[in-house]
Amino acid sequence: MNYIMAFLFSGFICFVAQLIYDNSKLTPGHITSLFVVIGSFLDLFHVYDKLVEIFHAGALIPITSFGHSLMHGAMAATKEYGIFGVAMGMFDLTAAGIIAAILFSFLVAMIFKPKS
Amino acid sequence: MSSHFLGNSVKLDNVYIASSGTTCGPLEFFGPLGSYFDKGYDDYHCGEKSFEKAERKMLREALDICLKREQLKLKDIDLYMGGDLLNQITTVNYLAREIPQPFIGIYGACSSFALSMAISSLLIEAGYVDKIVTLVSSHNATAERQYRYPVEYGVQKKATTTFTATGAVATLLTNQKTSVRVESITLGKVIDYNQNDPNDMGRAMAPAAYDTIITHFKDLKRSFKDYDLVVTGDLSTYGHKILKTMMQQNKIDVVHYDDCGCMLYDVHKQEVFQGGSGCACSALVTMGYLYPLLKEKKYKRILVVATGALLSPMLSAQKETIPCVAHAVSLEVVE
Amino acid sequence: MDRKEYDQLAEELKPNGHKISNAFHAFIYGGVIGIIAQGVLEFFMKTYKYSQKEATPLMIITLVFVACLLTGLGIYDNIAKHAGAGTFIPITGFANSMASSALDSKSEGLVLGIGSNMFKLGGTVLTYGIVSSSLLGVIRYVITLFR
Repeated sequence: MNYIMAFLFSGFICFVAQLIYDNSKLTPGHITSLFVVIGSFLDLFHVYDKLVEIFHAGALIPITSFGHSLMHGAMAATKEYGIFGVAMGMFDLTAAGIIAAILFSFLVAMIFKPKS
Repeated sequence: MSSHFLGNSVKLDNVYIASSGTTCGPLEFFGPLGSYFDKGYDDYHCGEKSFEKAERKMLREALDICLKREQLKLKDIDLYMGGDLLNQITTVNYLAREIPQPFIGIYGACSSFALSMAISSLLIEAGYVDKIVTLVSSHNATAERQYRYPVEYGVQKKATTTFTATGAVATLLTNQKTSVRVESITLGKVIDYNQNDPNDMGRAMAPAAYDTIITHFKDLKRSFKDYDLVVTGDLSTYGHKILKTMMQQNKIDVVHYDDCGCMLYDVHKQEVFQGGSGCACSALVTMGYLYPLLKEKKYKRILVVATGALLSPMLSAQKETIPCVAHAVSLEVVE
Repeated sequence: MDRKEYDQLAEELKPNGHKISNAFHAFIYGGVIGIIAQGVLEFFMKTYKYSQKEATPLMIITLVFVACLLTGLGIYDNIAKHAGAGTFIPITGFANSMASSALDSKSEGLVLGIGSNMFKLGGTVLTYGIVSSSLLGVIRYVITLFR
């Protein structure tokens, strides 16, 4: 059941993004930036947390979840550090993803050669 | 010797094509005209460390083949002129280091082939030089890196996209009589029809092609019927349709018209979307395929209208529209 | 022919592309990545007895690794041709944008090439994710002060 929910949500978000891509002059860069901001916004009232509960990995894998994680980490840290928590905690949940992306991108660049 | 200045065109008496050298990449080699090119490479690196070095290698090879055919050395040529798609026209400039003769770099984007042929023709006609070699090249990976995205980036290309041709062409022009001559040239005006989609070059360039063709016909009092073939450089399937419709809407009878971008590839079988683009596109089709047909007298006179989109990614990001240009050269069999 | 007439003419002749099939493919590919992500997530949850929250970073690291590897092997862009948004929306798309930018600039060396260009495409996601979260985080914090 979890798998079906993950499939549906992840597929749906990609479906909406594809419609935007094919019917506008927005690039993937524009659309992913938009979606990341939407993800942050949806965490403002803990909406995204509910989506994660229902759709599990389906809500965690799109780039929207990146916005949600940034927001979540920021808000969690405000409990301890007040307003400075926004800056101090923002990378708490996203650190692993960003570090992995940088490290593996570097290794790929060192090992492989671009084809065309 | 007498040249005739007619509007934006010049009729020439004394300019001949002596030789050419054509090299190409994998898709061009496996395309419908592959067997016409002198040398094909089966990958984009051509044994070099970077795509940029590969493009220079292809151009050097084309130059060597062109000169060898006439048993000439680099120093036997009075002047070299060339262009490519890269910033600072690095392919031709960095290759010119190996050439011990004067070099003029020109930039016409994808119209560079016709532009270099036109300017060279004028210099020879005027009697300033005897022999000029024009050099043009383009490479799919170097163009993608500069104008669009990294080659391994997972982006879905739009339906109106064209495929930058990988290839290089060297052409020897001379005032010594041969079997094929450059009969007339028309230099184009830069035309901007408010198009701003860098993924839709055909639509941006068609108005420039239209303007140059109409001007050429007006200056020389000709029409499509006076040519066995009129080709545009790289309007490709979509742009070709637009141009034909524009002509027909202006009551001009379009016959014997094709586009190099549609000829270089099999647009149905090869993944090239609307067809080919790039400096090499018009150059490969003209010198690789059409020039031999002229030598064999299968065609008597053809008009090559190379089109170029003079855009810069930075200015596109600043929401500027794309200025385009088209230059025309008419090639004719010598009786 | 004036510019407006030209645009009308060009629009009529425009090639259609395959919008419906693209949307369908994006849905399927995106959904499949969702299934794979769920599988990886449950694997970590079971193997290490983690909660969903604890296993999430591990799932992301795994998928980022696979996306980077596929980029290096030259396979990712072939999948993306068909998948469209199905591959650029998941975090795998972010990883691919970084790996492909880094790989592409290899010929310019370590600092001027790989180092300087890694975030060329992914930078905008980071920038706007952080800027929006900062703004919204402050707004949210201020709201809680008045609760």
